[in-house]
This record gives sequence, C-alpha cells and structure tokens, in this order.
Amino acid sequence: MNAPIRRISVLIAALFTALLVAATVVQFAQVKTLGSMAANKRTLLDNYSRERGSIIVGGQPIAKSVPVDDQYRFLRTYPQGGLYSQVTGFYSYQVGAPYGLEHASDDLLSGDSDTLFVRRATDLLTGRRTAGATLELTIDPKAQKAADDALGGSKGAVVALDPKTGAILAMVSHPQYDPNPISSHDLTKAANAWEKLSSDPAKPYLNRTINQLYPPGSTFKVVTAAAALESGLLSDENSEVPGPAVLDLPLTSATLPNENRRPCGPNDKTTLIRALEISCNTAFGSLGLELGGEQLRAQAAKFGFGDSLTIPMRVSTSTVPADLNAPQAAQSAIGQYEVKSTPLQMAMVAAGIANQGRVMTPYLIDSVRSANLDIIESTPDPVELSQATSPETASTLTTMMVSVVDNGSGVRAAIPGVEVAGKTGTAQHDPKKPPHAWFISFAPAGDPQVAVAVVVEDGGVTGSEVGGGRVAAPIAKAVMQAVLQ
Amino acid sequence: MTTTVEQLMPRTRRNAELLLLILAIVIVLLAWVTTDLNRNGTVPANIIPVAGGFTVLALAVHLVLRWKAAYADPVLLPIVTVLNGLGLVMIHRLDLARGKLGTDGDAYRQIIWTALAVALAVAVIIVLRDHRLLRRYTYVSMAVGFALLLLPLVPGLGQTINGSQIWISLGPLNFQPGEFAKIALAIFFAGYLVQTRDVLSLAGKRVLGFTFPRGRDLGPILVAWLLAVLILVFQKDLGSALLFFGLFVAMLYVATERVSWIAIGLLLFGLAVAFALSAFTHFQKRVELWLDPFSPDNLERSNQLANGLWGMASGGLTGTGLGAGRPWLTSFAESDFIFSSLGEELGLFGSVGIIVLYLIFCERGIRTALGVRDGFGKLLAVGLTFSVAFQLFIVIGGVTRVIPLTGLTTPFMSLGGSSLLANWVIVALLLRISDQARRPMPEMPVGIASDDPAPAEVTQVVRMS
Repeated sequence: MNAPIRRISVLIAALFTALLVAATVVQFAQVKTLGSMAANKRTLLDNYSRERGSIIVGGQPIAKSVPVDDQYRFLRTYPQGGLYSQVTGFYSYQVGAPYGLEHASDDLLSGDSDTLFVRRATDLLTGRRTAGATLELTIDPKAQKAADDALGGSKGAVVALDPKTGAILAMVSHPQYDPNPISSHDLTKAANAWEKLSSDPAKPYLNRTINQLYPPGSTFKVVTAAAALESGLLSDENSEVPGPAVLDLPLTSATLPNENRRPCGPNDKTTLIRALEISCNTAFGSLGLELGGEQLRAQAAKFGFGDSLTIPMRVSTSTVPADLNAPQAAQSAIGQYEVKSTPLQMAMVAAGIANQGRVMTPYLIDSVRSANLDIIESTPDPVELSQATSPETASTLTTMMVSVVDNGSGVRAAIPGVEVAGKTGTAQHDPKKPPHAWFISFAPAGDPQVAVAVVVEDGGVTGSEVGGGRVAAPIAKAVMQAVLQ
Repeated sequence: MTTTVEQLMPRTRRNAELLLLILAIVIVLLAWVTTDLNRNGTVPANIIPVAGGFTVLALAVHLVLRWKAAYADPVLLPIVTVLNGLGLVMIHRLDLARGKLGTDGDAYRQIIWTALAVALAVAVIIVLRDHRLLRRYTYVSMAVGFALLLLPLVPGLGQTINGSQIWISLGPLNFQPGEFAKIALAIFFAGYLVQTRDVLSLAGKRVLGFTFPRGRDLGPILVAWLLAVLILVFQKDLGSALLFFGLFVAMLYVATERVSWIAIGLLLFGLAVAFALSAFTHFQKRVELWLDPFSPDNLERSNQLANGLWGMASGGLTGTGLGAGRPWLTSFAESDFIFSSLGEELGLFGSVGIIVLYLIFCERGIRTALGVRDGFGKLLAVGLTFSVAFQLFIVIGGVTRVIPLTGLTTPFMSLGGSSLLANWVIVALLLRISDQARRPMPEMPVGIASDDPAPAEVTQVVRMS
C-alpha cells in the first residue's frame, strides 16, 4: 500500500501548494488592487485612523485629531465650531473631505505628502505610523472674530489681507456651519448633519470669500480709475471727467443713469476724485466708453482677474468678459454687466493699491510643521503676482480712496486717528432682490497693514449708494481696527 | 531489516519533542503578549495562571507520551500546540476588539474546550494501547459515523446555521457531529477496506488500460456517494459532502491501488455537484460569490469573502501585527475566517508559516502511514491525515478563493468545541499509530496479535511485502 500512500502525499502537497500560491496572490501580488477597491472598509479606516495634523490659528488649533477609543482611533474636532468652518472644511468618514483645507491640504495633513518623504521613510524603519503635518495659518484670530461679529446674521463674506505679503488675515463666510457633527463617528448623526448641510439653500459649506462670484459694483470703479490713470487718459485725481445725470450709451437706446438722477457736478462735469467720492456712475461709464473693453480688461487682469489661484484652496476665477462693445464696456466700468469677482479678488485690488501697485499672491498657510514640530515649510517669501499700476497711480488712487472715507460714501469706515482708504459698492444682481453691499478698504493709508473686502448679500438699498457705505463699511472698519490694535 | 541497531539504541525522540514543545509554547505566549501590548499596552493580567495552564496541558500530553507511547512522532504535538495556541490568541484578540472580556469571552470557552480536548486525547492515548483494537469496531464505527452524519436532520435536534444544517443542539451546546463522523468513518473505511481490498483491487475488466471494477463491487462507493448526496441535499453542506466522499475515495484508492476508483469517484461527485448547482440556489450563490466577490450586487448579498480577502491584503507581507489589524470587520473572523484573521495580522509570512505547519503535520501523518506495519493502521493513518489536509484545503481554499467558500472549521484553530475535540482525537490516534510505526520491531508486544480478533491480520502482513 505504500505506493498509493506516496501518491496521496503528492496530492496533499499539490493541494497545499495551491493554498500557498493563493495566499501569495492575495497578500503580495494583489495587495494594491484589493487595497484600492472603493468598498474596502479597511483602507478607508486606515486613512481615517491616522493621526491627522492640526490646523493652527494664533497658536490655537481650529482643527485637531483627538485620540478616541473606537475603531477609527482619532476623532477630528473643530474647537471653534462654525467660525472657521469654510477655512477648514470637515473630515468625515461618511462624506470624505470635500471642502476647505481638509481637502486642499489633505496630503500634508494625512502625512502622505512628498515633502514628508524622509519622515515616512524613517517611520517605516521604526514601525511608527506617520502622523500628519500641522498647518499654521496666516489668519489673525482677532480679525477673524471681529469680521464674524461684524457680519453678524447677514449672508456674505469678509476677507482681509496683509497688503505687503498677501497673507490672508481674515476669511469669514456667512452662513457658517458646525463641522463637528459631520465628522462624528456616530455615523447616523454624521449622515443627518451632512444631509442638513448639503440641502441648505444658503450653501453654508461654500466659502464665499473665494468661491462665490459677485458683481463687484461700484468698487470696480477703482479699477476703471486705475486704467484711466495708467493709460494716460487722465493725469491725476483732479482731472476733469464728464458727469451728466444720465449717460447715453451708443448702439442702443439704453442709458446709464446716476443713482440719484442728478449730475455729478456743475455743467455736467466733475473731477475724478469727486466722481469716486460720490460714486458717479456716468463719470466712470464715460471713462469706460473712452477706454474700451480691452483696456478695462487688461487693467483688471493686472489685479488678478482671470488668474486661477490656489491658496491652497482653489479660488474661483474672477472675470471681465472679452470682446465688450461700447455699452457693455460702460456697464463693466461700474462693475456691472458680466463682471464677476470673488471678495478675495476685490481685497487684492485694495491691497495692490495699498502696496504701491504691487499685488501680492494671497496665501493662507504660514508654515508647515511635522508631528514633532520640526518646520517642514517655513513662512513663504512674499510672491508678487503682478505690478498692477505704477506707484504714482497707486498713490493717486490712495488719495482718492482716502477722500471717499473722509468726504464721501465711505464715511462709516473712518477710524479716529487712522487714515483709511476705501470704496463703497452696491451691486445689482437680481431685480427682485436688494443689491449686494460692498466695501473695499485699506489702512493706514500711509503705511498699509491691512486690506479688506466685504460683501453683504442683499444688503444694499436699490437706487442708492448708501448700502455699501452703511452696511459694509462698518464691518470693514471693525476688521481693520482689529488688525491695527 | 536493520532492527538490531535500533534495538540497541532505541531513539524515542521524546527530548526533541520537549524542545519543540517549549518552542511552541514560547511562540504562543509571545503572540498573546504581543496582542495585549498592541491592544492595551499592557501584559495580560492573568498571564501566570493561563500561560501556566496552557504549559501544563501541553506538557501533560508530552509526559503521557513518554509513559504510554514513547516512540510516538515527536513533531505532531508541538505543531498542534502552536496551531491551537495561535487560534486561541486570535479568538482572544477578537474578544478584545468586541469588548467580550473574562468569562464572557469566546476565548474563555475555547480554553475550556482545549482542556477537555487535551484530556480526551490523553484518555485515548492511555486507553487505546494499540490502534489495531479499533478494527474490532469497524461496523460499530460505521453505525456511529452514519448516525452522527444524519443526526442534524433529526427534527428538533438539528440546527440550521448560515444556511447549512450541520449542527445539533443539546441544551445550551451547539455541536457539529460531522467532526466526529469523520473519525468514525475513517475507522470504518480502514477496517472495511482492509477486508475487501483484494476483491476491490483484483477483479474487474480492463478498458483503455484501466481495470474497472465489476458492477457488484461498485456497491460501497455508491453507498458512500449516496451518503454524500444526502448531506448535499438535506444539509446543504457542500464542504462536508466533499470531505467525506473525498476521504472515502482516497482511502479506496490507497487500499486498492486502482486509479479507476478515483475516476469513478470524480465522475460521481461531479454529477452530484452539477445536480446540486442546478437544483439549489444556495450553491449557485456561493459559486457566484466565488467568481466575483467584489461586484456591488454580491457585496450586498454577502461581503464576508471580500472582507476576508481585503483583510489578508491589508496585512501584506509582514502583517499589521497581532492586535493592530481589523480582523473583526470580517464576519466569522473567529471560525470560518480565522485563517484570514491571522493572515491580516501576521502577513503573508504568517500565512505561509501556518500552511507549512499543517503541511508538516500531514507529512508526519503520511510518514506514520508508511511506517506502520499493518494495513489497517496504514489506511487509518492515511485516512485521518488526508481528512485533515483535505478539510484544510476546503476551508482555506475557500477563504483564499481557490474554490467556492463552504463552511468547514479550520482544524485546531477555529472557535468551536466539537472541532477541537475531534481534531485532538485525530492527533491522539496518529500519535498512537506512529508509536507503533517507529517502535523497534522486537519490542512490539506479542500479546496484541493474539488479542486481535481478525485472523486476516496475519495473512495481511505477508501480503504486504
């Protein structure tokens, strides 16, 4: 019987060989394929149970992972609740991380970034799990708080920049939401929170400072003035410009009226500085006609319109349309027609003028630190985005904007003892709704520390420039004060 | 024969066994401590009594072998100790993940079952002085085997768990009688085939180079087949059916040395499977799951196979480390999928290690079959070994997607008392037979031969040549 026993042993060896091959296929050859399957809960849990880096503002975490005793190991928490909700986004086992820094800086926060490569390699040797990097933001918590308080219950956005560096000092978008419930490990709770957030018509998840395009309205007149000065059409703030009650537009029966239906000065004429102070539509409309669409567009582009920026979140591209005809150019010159801008873009306009015509590339991340606080990327050197105007033009525009606050529509932005430059705006967007109220500003005019753009949705009053001045200017003032304190 | 040399220097290898056994215990204890360190950061509080108890159990078997079966194979016991221990560690690890602590834990029950199983094995080694005594009970074994197999079908006793009716419940205990049927049937097949092998192997017609049996000699294989079909139809248990029928065909082949039996067996079983596939959606689903475990529809239906594969893949080469993976995500992680669970945390190296341990176990079983001098012992040893090997192939092949998944336990490792008891009895029988196989000839107790009721035994030894 020994011969068949030996043959049975060969059969057994064959069966075991099949098992060894199968185990090798599953645990070696197919590891990547199996690991990357969407339904593989282990891969998902692996990502979610890693110690994710914190996001820090002014030394305090606005997002951090705290160890918990469940299968996810770390719970993502947002100690400030809604205040930074659009800056951080959320990190949810249910939904993922579709918004904010949690999305844009995921590779750094999770520890997967190539800049952490050396650390990952040493962690592999020591068997430690690579922890994510910590992000320190440029945001000034006082400015953030001031912007949030000042905006109050209104829908809208406030963004503040350091004009000299492009560092973002405040980034507030209303309405806000609490990212904590969506990031909860109670999956039902998380699903309900996400359902509520995603179906909210006010879109609280949207970061209005960078991803909502508004018509900039009269704040865009600063760009038009810059184009007129840069092109040599006008020499300085005292140059004379037309200012009729109503501007006839060529090629069409439509007209461009002043809000108050009155001329901006005697004999239907005024000066450039006066036109900006009182936000004279016909003056800037006629400048638009004289400059033409392409010159407006070119000047806007120098301020950053048309650029795709990442801060590192993707910023929606602000636009001045190409191939404008004369009436469209006139409308565009006062920030209407199809001109669209994010609040950040208009803050960059203010910051560019403040910084002698140099627009700095905006950024949100000040430094990146590894889990044991080694600096991986230190504060970036300021990067110039473009020279939007000459220093002389910037100086002229500053004089004009100071005058807007001192003598014109932006008086509510005035800070005692500080020279503030600003421009109001009231932007039509829907005939059935009140216009958006805008304000852009910077201070101190002599040595600018902060540039701000404020939008209050539906916050203006139709037919009046008072919206921007009354509603938006005080918000800008509060933010500037918070930074300057 | 060179028995004279062996007679002068009988090598029991018991000291080698002791060394290996200590190594086995160290491996298991290290695995346990690692698990608790990874999970809780502490050494288990009850390490002294539990580790001590485990060591005492293993050493008890060792001492009984020194006393009652000094020439038994020295490798079997250490291997089984490692396998049983690693199974316990994984069950304990899953307890920790599920918060089932102390006496609520599955590990607690499994430890008790291990103790009972070891006691049973020791009893078998002590009581059964010679495996040939079992031949007396050939037909008793048949009756017991068949009864055990069909027991789950008795109304009120049978329990359907996971679609297969292979359990019986006795009060609070659920029992898989099939595990014991395996042993009873191996004894029956061995006793029966030793008697009838002449007829089954010599008579017949030659067709195409194969000698095919006469029609009337087909009786036994048809009975076995019918039994397998009954299990298939009424218990919906492809795994058990395959195991029993495979066991019978393999032993038939060893007894008769005729390849034609294997051909007939494959044909018959193929027919049964084809029938089962066309008649029962239960089997169709299993095949679909096997072919594409990752399609959304199939994941909806049952994600355990996919989860087991994902778990093993997440372990990769080196594994997550004991206590650091997520084996509990797979359903039946402590029973059908305990191999996946261990693969996840010990990696491919661990999986290969475990498979190789089983391979060595089977190799020692085969060596025992080759070495033992009587035909009954040969058949019994090869039958028991093959049953372990084949069962392992069916269950691990199922979780690694070599074949469709069918519910069988992983010998020595899976959670479950019946499986542990039965497999420890198999080890005891193999140890007993291997003692006969390795014992120097003249030392063989002469009294046994006269004890033996079957006079055929004597002629058989002659026939072996």
